[in-house]
Amino acid sequence: MIEMLALLASPLAGALVLALYGHRERAAEVNAFFSIVTFGAAAALTGRIVAHGPLRVLHEQFFVDSLNVFLVALTAFIGMTTALFSRPYMRIERDHGRVSAAGLRLYHSMYQMFSFTMLLVLTTNNLGIMWVAMEAATLTTVLLVALYRTPASLEAAWKYFILCGVGIAQALFGTILVYFAAERVLGPGVGSLLWTHLDAVKASLEPTVMSIAFVFLLVGYGTKVGLVPLHNWLPDAHAEGPTPVSAVLSGLLLNVALYALIRCKVIADGSLHQAGGLPFASSLMMGFGLLSVVVGAFFLSRQRDIKRMFAYSSIEHMGLIAFAFGMGGPVASFAGLLHMTMHSLTKSAIFFAVGHATQKTGTQLMENIRGLMRVSPTVGWGLMLGTLAILGMPPFGVFASEFLILTQAIALRPWAAPILLGALGIAFAAIFGKVQPMVFGDTTAKRLPHPPALLPVFAHLGIVLLLGLYMPPYLAAWYRQAARLIG
Amino acid sequence: MIDLAGVAAQFTELMLAILLAPLLTGWVNQCRAWLQNRSAPGLLQPYRTLNKLFQKEVVLAHGASPLFRIAPYLIFGSLALAAAIVPTLDIDLPLNAAADAIALVGLLALARLFVSLAGMDIGTAFGSLGARREMMVGFLAEPALLMVLFTASLISGSTSLSTIVHTLAHKEFVIYPSMAFAGVAFTMVSLAENARIPIDNPATHLELTMIHEAMVLEYSGRHLAMIEWAASLKLFVYSCMGLALFFPFGIAESGDWLGIVLALPALLLKLAVGGAALALIEMLSAKMRIFRAPEFLGSAFLFAVLAMLVHVLLES
Amino acid sequence: MLTHYGPQLVNLFAAVLLLLAFAMLSQRRMLSLINLFAAQGFVLFLTTSLVAALTGQHHLYWSALLTLALKVILLPWILHRLIRKLNIKWDVETLINIPTTMLVGIVLVVLAFNLALPISQLAGTVTRSTLGIALASVLLSFLMMITRSKAIPQVIGFLAMENGLFFAATGAVYGMPMVVELGVALDVLVGALILGIFIFQIRERFDSLDTRHLERLKEL
Repeated sequence: MIEMLALLASPLAGALVLALYGHRERAAEVNAFFSIVTFGAAAALTGRIVAHGPLRVLHEQFFVDSLNVFLVALTAFIGMTTALFSRPYMRIERDHGRVSAAGLRLYHSMYQMFSFTMLLVLTTNNLGIMWVAMEAATLTTVLLVALYRTPASLEAAWKYFILCGVGIAQALFGTILVYFAAERVLGPGVGSLLWTHLDAVKASLEPTVMSIAFVFLLVGYGTKVGLVPLHNWLPDAHAEGPTPVSAVLSGLLLNVALYALIRCKVIADGSLHQAGGLPFASSLMMGFGLLSVVVGAFFLSRQRDIKRMFAYSSIEHMGLIAFAFGMGGPVASFAGLLHMTMHSLTKSAIFFAVGHATQKTGTQLMENIRGLMRVSPTVGWGLMLGTLAILGMPPFGVFASEFLILTQAIALRPWAAPILLGALGIAFAAIFGKVQPMVFGDTTAKRLPHPPALLPVFAHLGIVLLLGLYMPPYLAAWYRQAARLIG
Repeated sequence: MIDLAGVAAQFTELMLAILLAPLLTGWVNQCRAWLQNRSAPGLLQPYRTLNKLFQKEVVLAHGASPLFRIAPYLIFGSLALAAAIVPTLDIDLPLNAAADAIALVGLLALARLFVSLAGMDIGTAFGSLGARREMMVGFLAEPALLMVLFTASLISGSTSLSTIVHTLAHKEFVIYPSMAFAGVAFTMVSLAENARIPIDNPATHLELTMIHEAMVLEYSGRHLAMIEWAASLKLFVYSCMGLALFFPFGIAESGDWLGIVLALPALLLKLAVGGAALALIEMLSAKMRIFRAPEFLGSAFLFAVLAMLVHVLLES
Repeated sequence: MLTHYGPQLVNLFAAVLLLLAFAMLSQRRMLSLINLFAAQGFVLFLTTSLVAALTGQHHLYWSALLTLALKVILLPWILHRLIRKLNIKWDVETLINIPTTMLVGIVLVVLAFNLALPISQLAGTVTRSTLGIALASVLLSFLMMITRSKAIPQVIGFLAMENGLFFAATGAVYGMPMVVELGVALDVLVGALILGIFIFQIRERFDSLDTRHLERLKEL
């Protein structure tokens, strides 16, 4: 109870405090402080769930089980490391004159607000509130993407808002339909929107309504996940926003949207299962997932902007995760959850490294970034290792999760396996071919006098490496438990 | 057996329509004048114009064929017949057996055909131009009008205008949302068909924009009088059709004289309000370019289609 | 009287709502667009109050008042101020010509009606047949958003889409729980304000509000 309140109160209080003091000299430290408190609360909550099982508080308005607590922990952790990373990063941005003091206040306040909305999506039990929080997350990130006020960033933010606004409206319609189906079973009132109640009666929900509702929910939340063909906003928003924002967008927001989708899929599957028809929701998710993997992989090789390229890589990985959840079954869901974790950690680490690289060279165009290893071995190694990790090189954890997904695909959906393998191969060639000269190429630039602070990068990559080499049994048990919830 | 009383009632209704039609035109002009803040020519001005034209000599162009000479009477005749079958005062009249929506549209099309043929007959540039434009407007307006009537038919289950009025006015009062769409579509079609702003302007002879006036430029004397009278009659028919579809209250049910006498003030009141509304619409809108007319009428058609869709969704 | 004609009136209002959505789709003038949006909000207010009176769901009265305050008064006022401040007098430009847009709109309406038909047959509410209209309004606003090239019509499309969603909630389930509805209203208000700020910034950067200028970011 108290952990739960602290988890939500800390970022909210942070947003309010930073809205008033965010332009002061020490704002970045205050921002980091609130993020650390949030992570502390998340850790305490996790410990409690692991020890005592699922938790429902405040008239069941909030619900934490092993599925969302793992995402809460991940979100709070990456939120914290990103806050630590952004402290020196944003200071340099201000020194370069790209952002004003007032802009920094907006940045810090919205960063905390964004954490709050994401944690609210993750912990709320009410599907309506989940929608509201998701929309609020869009609004805060729109402001963050437009932070630099350049024409390109305004364009990216406008596109982001319009596309996600349209998409998320479909999700609201889907939520209304879910409420409509639930009302007939549970009666009117807030109770009919609570996920735990819906989960209990999912077998008696009207399958026709639920299948239509799921289509709308998939289109709505799928837009935020960045599933092809609803992905157009994603590369722009990632490329034009400040790097810490790209890191949390890719590492966290996509996960959170996917989480909302998974919760809805559980209900829809339960309702459709009794009808005995095709696994409609699963097939849809697999189809969208596969399309995203293929399109994401093919677009990778055409990119010139480094952040755009890694944005497309996120689309590809989100597609892979959606495909895994679509296949279903304990192993595939386990692999999906694992891949969510690995991708978040790795991708945010990559964006941190990319942030430093672009800050040093002053450009995001890959052909102008050369010889990072000479300029700063820390940045060079960070980017290289991160790239190897995201491409699924053993012994990194991404290898383990991708391997699991592929073996499951071969076992359950043999037709999809060659497509996935081919797409992963294309992605490998594209990304590696572009990153290699950036890291090892020749440059005339001088070596940096002192290495940049890249502790978060190596912390993330360390965890990914560790989990790839050895998965602690309690963690595996925990993932398995969460995978069972998804089914 | 010929029901003499019925025939008499039918005849009364027809004569009333023919005699009242110029008055409606006069009333609309009067309202327009008031709204434009000028002094009105007087309610009876159309009658005076008709009287003047009837007394004038007919001048025929050299190449005029017999068609040119008989067209005014054919036009007047088909519109008079249309006026007879549109329910105005009573729905239990001898001709109402023929009061079919499709027949009505056919009669209106017949009138339009002869106006256009007559316009082209002389071979002047204006006549052909007007005829072409008129056919374009008609070609777009007719399907929309049919859709409006079909929506009403769907409600009552019959294309007979009498049955439609009977269903709408004399059964239990029901709100039909589809009629809101149909009403918008019908208003748009009527504006176009009666050569009103925003499609055409009845009060101008500005050559580039005119449609109706371009076709009848060559007419004079009693021929012109018949054409003008027929134009008034057309406005009257459309007004009564609109009233019958959307405000059918007050139309008598059975053919007794008392009902007809009581229905008359109701009709006059409705026509007065409708005419004023028409003047207001004309005042508030601007004449659109002729190339916009297809868009305008296309919208009318879409609204009529929507009316049917809404009917299927909400009322079935 | 009310119980008899109430549902019919709700259907009528629903039809008017759809009519207004189409009118917005075919509208070329910015000022009329805002007025139509306000009118749609007002019809929504009437419908919600009527449904509240019919069903005795008291929380719907609050929703209705919220609609009146937000969508009939506040947002149109903000939009009016916006176009006065930006001194916008031009016509709304469309990317596809209006008749084509309308035709696509009809197709969307048929689609929405078909999709909603099996759902509304299950509903027990007096207002069940309005779900198709609500979905149609959502899709039409969506169409308006993607066919308009200027920023403000896109914003109005966004807001009108929310109107359609609100109407869907009222018609299908007598409104969502109050806490959700308040949250949605807050999101819409904040979203509209943010978009308003954006419009100023876009104008400042691009010297125009034509979102066709916002096409530099695309694939090679």
